[in-house]
Amino acid sequence: MTDEITILVPVKRVADPNVPIGVFPDGTGVDLTNVRMAMNPFDEIAVEEAVRLREGGTAGQVIAVSIGGPKCVDTLRSALAIGADRAIHITTDDDLEPLAVASVLTVLTNELAADLVLMGKQAVDGDNGQTGAMLAAKLGWPQATFASNIEASDGILTVTREVDQGLEIIQVDLPCVVTADLRLNTPRFAAISAILKAKKAPIETRAAGDLGLQLSPRLRTISVAEPSQDRANINVANVDELLDSLRQDQGLLK
Amino acid sequence: MTVLVIAEHDNVDVADSTLRAITAAGAFGGDVTVLIAGHDCGNAANAAARISGVNKVLCADGPSLGSFLAEPLAELVAAMVADHLQSRTETFEAIVCAANTSGKNLLPRIAGLMDIAMVSDVIAIKSADTFVRPIYAGNAEATVECMEPIKLVSVRPTVFDPAPGDSNPADIESIDAPPYWNQTRLVQAAEQDTGRPDLSSAKIVLSGGRGMQSAENFVILDRVAAKLGAAVGGTRAAVDAGFLPNEVQVGQTGKVVAPDLYMAFGISGAIQHLAGIKDSKVIVAINTDEAAPIMAAADYCLVADAAEVLTELDAALGDKNP
Ligand SMILES: Cc1cc2nc3c(=O)[nH]c(=O)nc-3n(C[C@H](O)[C@H](O)[C@H](O)COP(=O)(O)OP(=O)(O)OC[C@H]3O[C@@H](n4cnc5c(N)ncnc54)[C@H](O)[C@@H]3O)c2cc1C
Ligand SMILES: Nc1ncnc2c1ncn2[C@@H]1O[C@H](COP(=O)(O)O)[C@@H](O)[C@H]1O
Repeated sequence: MTDEITILVPVKRVADPNVPIGVFPDGTGVDLTNVRMAMNPFDEIAVEEAVRLREGGTAGQVIAVSIGGPKCVDTLRSALAIGADRAIHITTDDDLEPLAVASVLTVLTNELAADLVLMGKQAVDGDNGQTGAMLAAKLGWPQATFASNIEASDGILTVTREVDQGLEIIQVDLPCVVTADLRLNTPRFAAISAILKAKKAPIETRAAGDLGLQLSPRLRTISVAEPSQDRANINVANVDELLDSLRQDQGLLK
Repeated sequence: MTVLVIAEHDNVDVADSTLRAITAAGAFGGDVTVLIAGHDCGNAANAAARISGVNKVLCADGPSLGSFLAEPLAELVAAMVADHLQSRTETFEAIVCAANTSGKNLLPRIAGLMDIAMVSDVIAIKSADTFVRPIYAGNAEATVECMEPIKLVSVRPTVFDPAPGDSNPADIESIDAPPYWNQTRLVQAAEQDTGRPDLSSAKIVLSGGRGMQSAENFVILDRVAAKLGAAVGGTRAAVDAGFLPNEVQVGQTGKVVAPDLYMAFGISGAIQHLAGIKDSKVIVAINTDEAAPIMAAADYCLVADAAEVLTELDAALGDKNP
């Protein structure tokens, strides 16, 4: 590609998916006290892919952006350690809904003249999976969601998508929005030197409230509960016993 | 007030997930209109018209809709809703589709065009504006109220029954197809795997994980599944190891299943996997580790080698056909 493109990668700080999560007994929400936080795994994959596109000569610049409270800086430093060139923190104390995040990202994408927004297919806290397609719509751009492979040439991306029926291949013109699925790549372990360098790198900061957008919530959480999970946990000794139980007690496998 | 269901179809038949979305749409209490958008999709429109609970079918037929791309379809729906609001002939109180990969690709795009918030992966409709949905990989369930004038809702198909398809035909109204969307082109459609029951609607699912150890053991799993008329699924680890194709990954980021019987062979029971199986009626876990988390999530636990159990099941089932 002759013109090197600018890639914007939105990264969200979420609870580490490997740690168990509980709910406040009064049902007001998820208890994140002392829960280890991390970059949303899909966003880590998106950063890795963007950095690979730069390393391969397709992209000139990779800009990471995170929207949220002060600790998002840690997430941005992780993105810098993987290889992002710039990091922007959009500060807000509110947990913005996907539509509001998409509005913020629309402004940033335009301001930064990004050619590609490469992001996660889903944030594993709210499991909404909305922001990518919302952003593409707001920008009037094509979208390639659930990407498991991306090939770039001459202003066109050929994207393999993981869909219910298997793998689908589409072509999208740049500029566009791509959302990463788990099998797009395996993110590198950042080198210690890169981590140290990222620690000292500048992070640009702007308040979400200064963007002139309407970001107030459109949804209201009434309650959050732990799902009911009562299973019998009956131990069976062997296959015969299992088949008997399934047939006689459950009426299955008749 | 009317609920608009955006149908998934192959121009001939309406997808099972849409039959379930139609049942969910009925829970809003209003009329149900189904949109069939495709190319040469008259048969699908006719099929939709016969689904119980459907009051009207809108059919948009044109080459621009031939590849089922989200972009032109979202334009069509957003323009249609705006028209309706203006003419006040019929206002949509909700737009519903199934929370599968096609719905997850489409509905947020419609939401973005209309600047209306949406609610994903709904597992219960409490009222016309209050919905229950899983969050944190199913670690919790949130009840949310949507304050938007139009509710955009994707529903988890497995928790709603399919609407029967044998009622008196509803009216079919043709609407114009949108212009071409040239910036996105379908190069190769996904091949629907044939011969096996569909994972999302199968009565029995046999799933394998890393503990299955080898591709050969998956051949036995496949054989037992064939005898039981079961669908085959698996964990992310099994897919990553190349034992299974990606479309059969079950869990938070794969498919959600809710069979009468789910058998987990060599699966540890990570929360991301459990997220996709918890609505199964009976869960059986076969694992060499009695302390694996899957055991706590199972109705029947068998501490044993997965491959040995499969070999025994294969023998016990004889040459029985489904
Ligand atoms: C963001 C994110 C999303 C994810 N989404 C999904 C998803 O959608 N679906 C999914 O499945 N995973 C998903 N994962 C991965 C998930 O966290 C687990 O890593 C995965 O489910 C583990 O797969 P497994 O149980 O096959 O492997 P392991 O965890 O390695 O478990 C193997 C099990 O096999 C048992 N075993 C070993 N040998 C034998 C034997 N001979 N016989 C019987 N049992 C044996 C072991 O005791 C162990 O319990 C996701 C992870 C992340 C971070
Ligand atoms: N607060 C945020 N800051 C940065 N990126 C975000 C934020 N929220 C969502 N995103 C991006 O949008 C993707 C999808 O999120 P969601 O629609 O919430 O599932 C994530 O994987 C991120 O790439």
